[in-house]
Amino acid sequence: MTGQRTPGFNTLAIHAGAQPDPATGARVTPIYQTTSYVFDNAEHAAALFNLEAFGNIYTRIMNPTQAVLEARVAALEGGTAALAAASGHAAQLLAFHVLLEPGDEFIASRQLYGGSINQFNHAFKKFGWNVVWADGNDPASFEAAITPKTKLIFIESIANPGGIVLDVPAIAAIAKKAGIPLLVDNTLATPYLFRPKEHGADIVLHSLTKFIGGQGNSVGGILVDCGTFDWMKSGRYPTLSQPNPSYHGMVMAETFGNFAFAIAARVLSLRDLGPAIAPLNAFLFINGVETLPLRMARHCENALAVASWLEKHPKVGWVNYAGLPGNRYRPLAERLVPKGAGAVFTFGLKGGYDAGLKLVANVELFSHLANIGDTRSLIIHPASTTHSQLTPEQRALAGAGDDVVRLSVGLEDSADIIADLDQALAAA
Amino acid sequence: MDHDSYPDSYIAGILQEAKSFALVGASANTVRPSYFVLKYLLAKGYGVYPINPGLAGSEICGQKVFANLAALEEPVDAVDIFRNSQAALGIVQDAIALKDKLGIKFIWMQLSVRNDEAARLAEEAGLKVVMNRCPKIEYGRLSGEIAWAGVNNRMISSRKPVILGKGYQQLSIRKDRP
Repeated sequence: MTGQRTPGFNTLAIHAGAQPDPATGARVTPIYQTTSYVFDNAEHAAALFNLEAFGNIYTRIMNPTQAVLEARVAALEGGTAALAAASGHAAQLLAFHVLLEPGDEFIASRQLYGGSINQFNHAFKKFGWNVVWADGNDPASFEAAITPKTKLIFIESIANPGGIVLDVPAIAAIAKKAGIPLLVDNTLATPYLFRPKEHGADIVLHSLTKFIGGQGNSVGGILVDCGTFDWMKSGRYPTLSQPNPSYHGMVMAETFGNFAFAIAARVLSLRDLGPAIAPLNAFLFINGVETLPLRMARHCENALAVASWLEKHPKVGWVNYAGLPGNRYRPLAERLVPKGAGAVFTFGLKGGYDAGLKLVANVELFSHLANIGDTRSLIIHPASTTHSQLTPEQRALAGAGDDVVRLSVGLEDSADIIADLDQALAAA
Repeated sequence: MDHDSYPDSYIAGILQEAKSFALVGASANTVRPSYFVLKYLLAKGYGVYPINPGLAGSEICGQKVFANLAALEEPVDAVDIFRNSQAALGIVQDAIALKDKLGIKFIWMQLSVRNDEAARLAEEAGLKVVMNRCPKIEYGRLSGEIAWAGVNNRMISSRKPVILGKGYQQLSIRKDRP
C-alpha cells in the first residue's frame, strides 16, 4: 500500500480499482460472465436490494468486472465514482435521465460528435429534454442561453471532429455561477491529456470505445461523478435531493454524499432502462486502459507529425489541429492540454467533396470506418457519413463541411502513416 | 490531527480498534443514514447501541435503544454523532464526562457534521476524533467493498482482500495494512 502518497497517473492506470481475486488469487480481473449472484440468505438478499450492503445482485445493475473498470476510470479522472454502460450514448442517456424531467432544457455546444447532435435533436427531444445550442468557441453564448428551465450544460473538451479545444474553465465558471452542473465529454482528450474535474466539471463522460479502450474491439461508455455539485443545496434535482419513492423514501444525496449522482444513475436509471455493459467488454477496457498513458503520448506525437506534413501539401487547403503553430486553438491547447492536442483532427481538401471521397477510397494503411481512438489509423469523410443526417448548415457549424476529412491518427510508425496519405492524396 | 484530511491508517486504526459504536441520534426510519450505518456495523461484527431519547426502551434491528450515553449498560468504544454540528458539542461534552465509566476512546461525526471546538475538547481529553465521515463508507472504502459499487476507494494494493468469513460477499479491513 502506498500510504498517503498519491499514486501517479501511470500507476493508477494499471492498479486503481483492482486487487487479486480473494477466492482464487487470480491477478488479472476475471471476466465474471454471470448474470446473477447467490445470496447468503433472505436477509442478505433484502439488504442488497435496499442498498444496505455492498455487493452484487444482477449484472444489469452491477458486475464485479465492470466495478473494477468503474473504479479505475473514476480514479483516473479524480472523481468519486463511475458507472459504465453499453455505449457512450447509453452513458449520456443515464446521466440525463437522473437530472432532467420532461420540459427541462439543457445547453449544448454546437461543436459535438454528430451522434450526440442526433441524440439531442431526436431521441432526447422525444423525451421532452430540450436542447438549446450554444457556440463552444464563445463561452458568453452559454450564459445567454440560460433560462429558468436549464438543468445541465454539455460540452466536449476536445471536440469531434475538428480537434477544437473548448475553454472549459470559462464555461465551468458560467455554470457554477448559475448553479447548473457541467457535463464534459472527455472522450477525445482522455484523462491523460485533460481532467475536466480540475477545471470545474461536475460530471465527466467517455465513450470507452475510443481511446480509453484504445483497440477498437468493444463498444462501451462511462459516466464519472466528480463529487463537486451540491444537489441538496440546489434543490432543483429531486431525484437526488428528495425522498425517492423507489427506495422507500431514501434521499440519495444524503445517504451517498459526494457519489450520490453515480449511485442514482445505477440504482434508478440503469436499473430501469437497462443499457448494461457486457462483462467481456469491461474486461477488454480494463486491459486497454492500463496502457493509456503510453498510447496517448504516441498518438499525440504521431498526430503532430502527420498534421505538420499535411499542412505543407499542395492539395490540402487547411489543417485544423490545435497542436500546430498558428492554429486558433493553440493558446488554449497550451494552457489546457499541454501534454498534447490529441490524435483526432480535420483537414480540408481543395478538391472538395469529391476529393474527399477519392481520398478515403485510396488509402491502404488507414482504415475507412466510423470510429476514432484505435491503435490503427482511421479516416472518414464526415459529410457523407457521421454527419450526413444533419442539415448542411448544422454540418458547417459542427465543422463537418463537404471538403472536410477527419483523421484519427494511430500508433503505427509515423513515416508509414504519412506515406499512405501521400499515395492516397496523389489519387485524390 | 488535521480534520480536513485523514490518513487511511488513522481511520483504519480506529475501525480496527473499536469493537462497539454508540449511534447518537439513531432513527428507526429504515431509510435514514443512521439505520444504514447500524445494519452495516452489525454485519461487520461490531456491537451497536442506538441512542435516541424519543425511542428509549424500543428496539431497532433487535438492538435496544437508550435515552442517552449515560444510560448505556455496557462500555462502548466509539460515539458516532448523527445530530447536527451545533448539537455535536453537547454530545461530545457528555462523552468526555463519561469516558472513564464507559471506556470511550473515539468520537465520530457523520457526513456534513463538523465541530472543531468539540474536536479540540475531545482531543485534549485523550480521545481520537473523525468528522464529516461515515463509518460505513470508510469501512467500505478500506476493505474494498465500496469498489464493488464503482466507487473510487483511493487505495492501491496488490495484496489479496480479506474475506470476512461471514458470507459470500463480505470483506474485512486487513489487519496487516500499513
